[in-house]
Amino acid sequence: MSPLVSLLKNFTGFPVLVLLILTMAPRPALPSDPAQASSAGPGPLAVEEVAAGVFVHTGLHQDTARENHGDIANIGFVVGTGGVAVIDTGGSYHLGQRLYDAVRRVTELPVLYVINTHVHPDHIFGNAAFAGDGPEYMGHVKLPRQMAARGDFYLGRLKELIGEAGAEGTKIVPPTRTVAIGEPLEIDLGGRTLTLTAHAVAHTNNDLTVLDSKTGILWAGDLVFMERIPSLDGSILGWKKVLERMHGMKITKVIPGHGPASASWPAAQDAQSRYFDVLIEGIRPIVQRGGTIPAAVATVGKSEADQWVLFDDYNPGNVTNVFVELEWE
Amino acid sequence: MLSGWRQALITGEAAFKAAAVVLLTAFMAFSTVPSSAWAEETRRDDVSPGFNHDAWNDIRGMLYEDQVIKDGKGVISLTAPYRAEDAAIVPITIAAAKPQTKGEFIESITLVIDQNPSPVAAVFHLTPDSGLATIDTRIRINAFTDIRAIAKMNDGRLFMATEFIKAAGGCSTPGLSEMDEAIARAGKMKMKFLASDMEGAGGQAQLLIRHPNFSGLQMDQISGDFIPAHYVDSIEVTRGGAKILGVEGDISLSEDPSIRFYFGDDTSGDISAVVTDTHGKTFSKSWPVSKLAKN
Repeated sequence: MSPLVSLLKNFTGFPVLVLLILTMAPRPALPSDPAQASSAGPGPLAVEEVAAGVFVHTGLHQDTARENHGDIANIGFVVGTGGVAVIDTGGSYHLGQRLYDAVRRVTELPVLYVINTHVHPDHIFGNAAFAGDGPEYMGHVKLPRQMAARGDFYLGRLKELIGEAGAEGTKIVPPTRTVAIGEPLEIDLGGRTLTLTAHAVAHTNNDLTVLDSKTGILWAGDLVFMERIPSLDGSILGWKKVLERMHGMKITKVIPGHGPASASWPAAQDAQSRYFDVLIEGIRPIVQRGGTIPAAVATVGKSEADQWVLFDDYNPGNVTNVFVELEWE
Repeated sequence: MLSGWRQALITGEAAFKAAAVVLLTAFMAFSTVPSSAWAEETRRDDVSPGFNHDAWNDIRGMLYEDQVIKDGKGVISLTAPYRAEDAAIVPITIAAAKPQTKGEFIESITLVIDQNPSPVAAVFHLTPDSGLATIDTRIRINAFTDIRAIAKMNDGRLFMATEFIKAAGGCSTPGLSEMDEAIARAGKMKMKFLASDMEGAGGQAQLLIRHPNFSGLQMDQISGDFIPAHYVDSIEVTRGGAKILGVEGDISLSEDPSIRFYFGDDTSGDISAVVTDTHGKTFSKSWPVSKLAKN
């Protein structure tokens, strides 16, 4: 059932409200034209083949809301001769279903793996939509603990943000197999292997990247943000270290967690690294001279304001988190 | 992408307001309901689900019975961000209007967060030796809430300052730290000397304590059970043996508690901190004031 229909059902007693909501709702895209497919409409998600057999759907630079069904992160899939690996599943069951439809438009092969790059809701809430193919769910060794700890909170928040109807079917699906730090894992899709690498604390404490052997393209998850301001839920110093290590990797291109469908490496992380340095160099002296969090929030990072989408929504939180991290240096 | 989810109610609330305005405008065209009644309804619905409008009356009755509480203007003020950037780390400042003297001083400050599961976040005990009854700390906010600082003077009079904060989930969202690591490193302390903000108030310092301050509302990732509450419940700070600051802490103080306080103008002797948590562990450390002052 489409969300529009369920809204009608809920509001049939109030014709005026129905009219208003109808005029506010985005128009459903034509299912026959994937390029036109909007996140809230039915039908397969629009995907772009960024390298042979590598398909990416580009998320919107917005926060999760009714209109976008949690379509705010880059998600997609890789097709081998034996099957498919899905990498991140979007911010709702509804979105996961539409990604599944996009897979089916490309191939009839089964989804063998569903890989989550980290615990954040915009990357994991479509997981359940792939259960029918019986895939192995893969993630960082610390992902199950974080999913268990935050799952209910995230689900409750999703319902507040997109409504009960919009969140219908969404649940936490934890990994059935995990990847330990320092022990990369290879999975075979037929004709290509994917290398899953678990990283130390960076964007979160459960970041995982996926390297495709055939094309040399790296799914970076939220270790790389472009256009949309990065958000910090781990350690800024740790994140810098992980990026430095990734500098040396043999990568043709990266697929950032937020930003364009793909980008050249290591140029893709230039803006992000510059922002991190602005935060660290701005906050460290404030911490050293005994300044306060509000003083840092009021001043640090302003030179970056025009460089990022959603800057004002996330920079204050980033400053707060960096501040308490640098206090213990 | 997380901070958006920590502050998600803010976005949700903005969307709600926008929708409410549209609906209200439409409704007014068809009805004679006075707009003020609608505005009031919207404002009351504006807070998070489960908002207890009578919370303060209940808390007030329990803490102060029928004692008179006066407006804090000229005695005590409270500064907090209207919109918290991270509900688990909300910086607040309780500021006294004038220095402590032997004749007139603030004896205690009770910090109340109306909508938190355990509303009394902390009680700060002060003396004439404290210099200035100005305290700065970081708290967890579980839902949109009023927060209050109630100062009790040495003659028993009560004064209150109030602020409203928009944030949610600060008590129940687990920190990133692994439980075992967080417990293992608990008890490490730092003392920083800070510049004074007021003439005649003496020196100011910041005490930082490594402690997970488990709220009892965070889920244990392995067992699926709630992690038992385990938090700093007592901090005693002395300078040259004289009592400067006592803190009764609760689950609403942030992980790795930070307390900024004044310690008077005597720069001889040591500042000592003794910290106890709810598991009965005690951590203590001393710093020479003269050395701190040079930093």
